[in-house]
Amino acid sequence: MADATTTEPRLRQPRDTATGGSWAGKMPGAKRRGRGRTQAWLWALPPVAVLALVFLYPLALVIQQSFTTDMGETSAEPYSEVFASQAFRDALGTTVWLAVGSTIGCLVLGFVLATIVAFVPFPGSRAVAKFIDVFLSFPSFLITLALLFIYGTVGMANGIWTDATGASAGPIDFLTTPWGVLLAEVTFFTPFVMRPLLAAFSQLDTAQLEVASSLGARPLRIIRQIILPEALPALGAGGALVLVMTLNEFGIVLFTGAKDVTTLPMLVYSKAILESDYTAACVVAVVNIAISVGLYSLYRVVSRRAGA
Amino acid sequence: MSAPAMTAAAPAAGTRASGIRFEGVSVAYGDTVVLDSLDLTVEPGEVMALLGPSGSGKTTALRAVAGFVTPASGRVFIGDRDVTGLPPYKRGVGMVVQQYALFPHMKVEDNVAFGLKAQKAPRGEIGGRVAEALRMTGMDAYAGRYPRELSGGQQQRVAIARALAIQPDVLLLDEPLSALDAQLRAGMLAELARLHRELPDLSILYVTHDQVEALTLADRIAVMDKARLRDCGTPQELYRRPATEFTASFVGNANLLRVAVADGAASLDGTRLEVSGDVTGTEGTLCVRPHLVGLGDGPNALRGAVTGLQWRGSSHRVTVAVAGQEVTAEVRELRTPPGLGDEVTVHFAAEDAHLLPQGGALRG
Repeated sequence: MADATTTEPRLRQPRDTATGGSWAGKMPGAKRRGRGRTQAWLWALPPVAVLALVFLYPLALVIQQSFTTDMGETSAEPYSEVFASQAFRDALGTTVWLAVGSTIGCLVLGFVLATIVAFVPFPGSRAVAKFIDVFLSFPSFLITLALLFIYGTVGMANGIWTDATGASAGPIDFLTTPWGVLLAEVTFFTPFVMRPLLAAFSQLDTAQLEVASSLGARPLRIIRQIILPEALPALGAGGALVLVMTLNEFGIVLFTGAKDVTTLPMLVYSKAILESDYTAACVVAVVNIAISVGLYSLYRVVSRRAGA
Repeated sequence: MSAPAMTAAAPAAGTRASGIRFEGVSVAYGDTVVLDSLDLTVEPGEVMALLGPSGSGKTTALRAVAGFVTPASGRVFIGDRDVTGLPPYKRGVGMVVQQYALFPHMKVEDNVAFGLKAQKAPRGEIGGRVAEALRMTGMDAYAGRYPRELSGGQQQRVAIARALAIQPDVLLLDEPLSALDAQLRAGMLAELARLHRELPDLSILYVTHDQVEALTLADRIAVMDKARLRDCGTPQELYRRPATEFTASFVGNANLLRVAVADGAASLDGTRLEVSGDVTGTEGTLCVRPHLVGLGDGPNALRGAVTGLQWRGSSHRVTVAVAGQEVTAEVRELRTPPGLGDEVTVHFAAEDAHLLPQGGALRG
């Protein structure tokens, strides 16, 4: 029991944590807020300065260059010229179809593989799941190099064919075509879909699958009606990531040596490095950036509406 | 939940009354045996509770019926059908689990219709059967809601409706009330009992570690421990005439006293005790429920010092040391309770004192 004469403990004056200490409590409110804002700006200045120096300024230079004619005037004419060129339209078409095709391929293959790894118990499934993480750190050219070893004109597959038939050359010669690029991109980017899918599947209550099965649902129905709907946000995230990455992929296209496959990044490279046409290169680069940012924004809007 | 009357369209299993039969079912993971030679029969229309602590093998037994574990040996029958090798989707069982396992992206009505669509029920019938299952569980007003918009108790009712909608041969309930708070659990227990009265031909296998649920709901209780069936009988049999010390202590509280046996009676510290049960051999274990032990003189009186005293509102729990053993009496609240160390007398009636069978043999 507290003694009747005991005095109530006094409450401490709250410290102004936003401004760093009790001394701030002596300052008038508006002045205190103004000082706090100034401090916040001072803290933000170094990262903003670094960002501006290494990213925003070069980006601004690229955009500025894209609006600069050969005569040094600022104009939208370079865009008209680039948009009118067949090379640009072909590159745009190739880029889009390769990116969309690769994304669809990655989504289908990634979903199938992730479903097997997550739900079909087999020896080594955990090791496979861990390998996916390691795979994500591989450089893209490594995959292309591996495919060259297997499917290249002098690769293993053709070697087996020539050994078996005595023919001078094997029938497999697709790696330097758009289909070769597609195969390489699907191979390389599929783990980028699998990773978020495996994370989503680890959250899925397996009791749902068991109950569905006891209710009479066969495995395909369970995949279609239980697993797939719950995987949609992860599929959306993985798919958007792959789409943006394949739109900008340069290494795989270059490494396959596919001369007839010109994507927007390859066009930037050829305009800038091979033709020294920096203005055209900058126009293509800006278009490439606009497509990437646009698609990413679209994904964000759609996923927010879907509640993902 | 209201108590709607069954209609002709109700999802009843009555036309196909089937029981469950385990014949020497064993399940092992590597060298670890999680279910050891289970022989058990659930009669058509019977509620059988599998009662036991964690790791006793009760859930494994249920999963063997559902088809989610494959027995290393033995057979599982649903009715006359050997389902041991059948995949889960061909067994025709309804299943309700602890965490409801509702499909979160489907509305309540779609959850309940899922099994009917999976079993390719005629389209014209699905709506009626879904409505009837929801009406039986009192969830008809929530058909258009998503699971996330429901409370735990409501979600569990939807899970039950989903299981009943397919008109299963047997219903498997795996700790269905464990995720609910005490008040909701009591309400759901009453609802499950009412549901079974409406569906008297539905066989139910009910897995629980809660003796109150088992005693309240089950026609018979199978007590399991360490992967084995330890006892099986009606709740009254298990409570009043347990076959093993484990059953006696797991199904309700019990005083288990080591006693000597001679001349058709037991004795403790030289005091002759009139008891019921298997009064043979030279020694045994006497089971007396605390609430059947009285304070003061009476039949089978034993004297000892008070070693524990708990006030429980309407009752007192008095623990008395008798010849090195403890006897606990649960008596109505005492106006003048004894103090610790006081000498008191406890007593119990002969018919309330059950001498456990030698070796704890299973009842037949």
